Amino acid sequence: MNSSPLLRLEGITKKFIGVVANNHIDFEVTEGEIHALLGENGAGKTTLMNVLYGLYRPDEGRIFLKGEEVAIRSPRNALALGIGFVHQKFVLVHPLKVVENIALGLRSGKFGLLGLEKVAEEIQELAERFGLSTDPDAYVWQLSIGEQQRVEILKALYRNADILILDEPTSVLTPQETEELFGILRAMTAKGLTIIFITHKLEEVMASSDRVTVLRDGRVIGTVATKEVSKEELVEMMLGREFSFELEKPDSPPGQPLLELDGVYALGDKDLPALKDVSLSLHAGEILGVAGVAGNGQIELAEAIVGARPITAGRIRVKGQDVSGLSIREGVRSEISYIPEETVRQGLFPSMTLAESVILKNHQDPPYSRGFFLNDQAIQSRTEKLIQDFDVRCPGPHAPVKLLSGGNQQRLLLSRELSQEASIIIASQPTKGLDVAAIDSVHRLLIEERSRGRAVLLISTELDEILRLSDRIAVLYEGEIRGILNGQGADPNEIGMLMGGSAVNSESMQSAGGAEG
Amino acid sequence: MRSLREVASGILPQLAAIGIVMILGGLLVTAIGVSPIKAGIAFLDGAFGGLNSIGETLLKSAPLLLAALGVAIAFRAQVWNIGAEGQILVGATAATAVVLWLGPMSHWFLVPLGLVVGFLAGGLWAAIAGLIKEKFGVNEIISTLMMNYIAFFGNSYLLHGPMKGPKQFYPESDFIPEAAQLPTILPGSRLHAGILIGLAAAVLVYYLMFRTVLGYRIRAVGDNPEAARLGGIPIGRWVVISLFLSGALAGLGGVGESAGVHYRLIEKLSPGYGYTAIMVALMGRLHPGGIVAAAIFVGALLVGADNMQRAAGVPSVLADILVGFSVLSILISTYYPILRAYLRRRFARVA
Repeated sequence: MNSSPLLRLEGITKKFIGVVANNHIDFEVTEGEIHALLGENGAGKTTLMNVLYGLYRPDEGRIFLKGEEVAIRSPRNALALGIGFVHQKFVLVHPLKVVENIALGLRSGKFGLLGLEKVAEEIQELAERFGLSTDPDAYVWQLSIGEQQRVEILKALYRNADILILDEPTSVLTPQETEELFGILRAMTAKGLTIIFITHKLEEVMASSDRVTVLRDGRVIGTVATKEVSKEELVEMMLGREFSFELEKPDSPPGQPLLELDGVYALGDKDLPALKDVSLSLHAGEILGVAGVAGNGQIELAEAIVGARPITAGRIRVKGQDVSGLSIREGVRSEISYIPEETVRQGLFPSMTLAESVILKNHQDPPYSRGFFLNDQAIQSRTEKLIQDFDVRCPGPHAPVKLLSGGNQQRLLLSRELSQEASIIIASQPTKGLDVAAIDSVHRLLIEERSRGRAVLLISTELDEILRLSDRIAVLYEGEIRGILNGQGADPNEIGMLMGGSAVNSESMQSAGGAEG
Repeated sequence: MRSLREVASGILPQLAAIGIVMILGGLLVTAIGVSPIKAGIAFLDGAFGGLNSIGETLLKSAPLLLAALGVAIAFRAQVWNIGAEGQILVGATAATAVVLWLGPMSHWFLVPLGLVVGFLAGGLWAAIAGLIKEKFGVNEIISTLMMNYIAFFGNSYLLHGPMKGPKQFYPESDFIPEAAQLPTILPGSRLHAGILIGLAAAVLVYYLMFRTVLGYRIRAVGDNPEAARLGGIPIGRWVVISLFLSGALAGLGGVGESAGVHYRLIEKLSPGYGYTAIMVALMGRLHPGGIVAAAIFVGALLVGADNMQRAAGVPSVLADILVGFSVLSILISTYYPILRAYLRRRFARVA
């Protein structure tokens, strides 16, 4: 590594109303390294990178590139200086071809012609050089998420970026795709490129980076060489306190089957089959993890169980009673708690008060309403109790939900769903978007519910989460259950293969009703 | 409860907007050679100078208030009912037809009956749009707008045909029995009890929207239909209910016109009250309290501009331009903070 840094940010301060997002941040990147930027949500990682990419103007501070001070006023500036940004959410035009997406927004060739053939050739060349195999003539909608990400990377490379910023690049990838991505990043740094990647996942920092800078509350806590630091040390830097990865999971003998699915078929939003012959049973006192890459029927599975989506064939039984024809909140189905994947979009009322989100499922019952009229006092005292029990940080029960942070919104939703005293809990991506401490508290809550004899169906695309919590693991691929494994000692690679659609024959595979064994 | 300071800072932008409109209006009036002071005095005198003026202002406010309260209920449910104009007409037509058919009866029976009929007719008319949205997925913006034409020309047909009063020269119905007429509440003016019904409705709508299961569900469906659906609230049904209530209030406004102002059904019963009501609802930020203030403001604007034309010789087109300009300014000032917050959010998300 060179001694003089390629890029140096000095004393960067960025304030938003009431918040100092970046507080005199010094940050250095050396040529040819993979530099991880680690921190909890709201630590200021993305803000800092947005400053570097010219999306925000810093209130204070200077940026030096190759020793010279530069002013970056817009992404166009940044690109001209060789800084590229791959956003967490891809910005691709789906009906267009890969080559058209990459050429989009560039100056056109001679006489206003597009000259796409030439661009396609250049893309091929780039792709080969960095191992980013892509067909320039494919349409974006035909590509998998991993391939789309490669197109985003190519887009930056085609614009001659030699410093590449990746914002949470693995949040949408399967374990295999993640590994592939890290391979590509290695190949790129070997060819002299420099990578900065934003993450809050420790495993990824350990697996891929050369150095890591930890941010907390808008300040730099430190920059260390990855080889010389442990996961535990990094977490403490991130959180500013000791933190244990140990999760106590007491033995919990599985009890009666509370939820049974038998040959369930259902359609997705586009009226295409989304669930095919799904059979599983969920027992009291167990956590059944449903692993799978996003978009393989997870949402449809959860909705079919809670009654928000009609099933086209098969049976669903709750505590032995057939609920297949019942709609949401009807009969024994009302004994299911549902933590939907998108907390705010599916679970809360952003412009209404906390109290009004809390009483969604009880507002028609006494004491929260008497006949036609709502009982404000009862509603308020319940909300206050839940706020306290679940440690929701908020200005009060009458504050609008949209003012809360993501973690607190999630806790609010959990407080509503878990206080239902339901015997079945369907948790769909319950920690999506949360940071380490918040994830940990959600995990503890779910284990607690399991210890109380409730049945938890944990649907998650995070394999770590599945492995950490599940007593049994079902793998969902293209709407089918590809296998049900024992949670203890499950092999992540095997699950990863199943998630990718490979058929696996292994001794650890169990029959669908395997919990009794 | 919000503090006085908060309320004051809440209406400050609107006051600024009024100030700007006054300055620009003054310049415009001066440009065509009328003294701005004279025009201003004529405006204020027309809107507030004396009992008769105040009566006229409130007379115009009544249908705006009722229809805007209705519009606000639908908008709260994210149902874009722009059919208040038609709902006003249908309410008035139905109420007039029923009281004409029944003939003279007790005052205590006929007036409430007319109101109830107008309420139900306006509500059912609007609910049709809700039903075809639920059953066939037809966008309510289009259906409610189209139904305005059906209501207008349907009414016109009735007045040229079946409902035309035998002694009437113009396409008008017979006069309704005196017992069916809304009483005048301000002696020496035309002001009828409709404004009281409007104010009472504002209080009721407030309680309905913020203190009852019904209002909770309407707001929940509007704020986040997906969360409401997953919480077990059948969205389609609540879209229909909100449209019913919305149209019913507009229908009530229509009865105020037919039974309180004209005492008969005429073709041009509403000079666009139903469309103006949408602006009133938005100016009042969909809150009953705000809507009362906005309805009175716009009522004063219409009456004041009218007098400015008659007393100060400001051409009527210019007066109308000023009305439109004031409404626009108030709307901008009302939504300026929301707009700013929205843009900031958008920008932050892109970034």
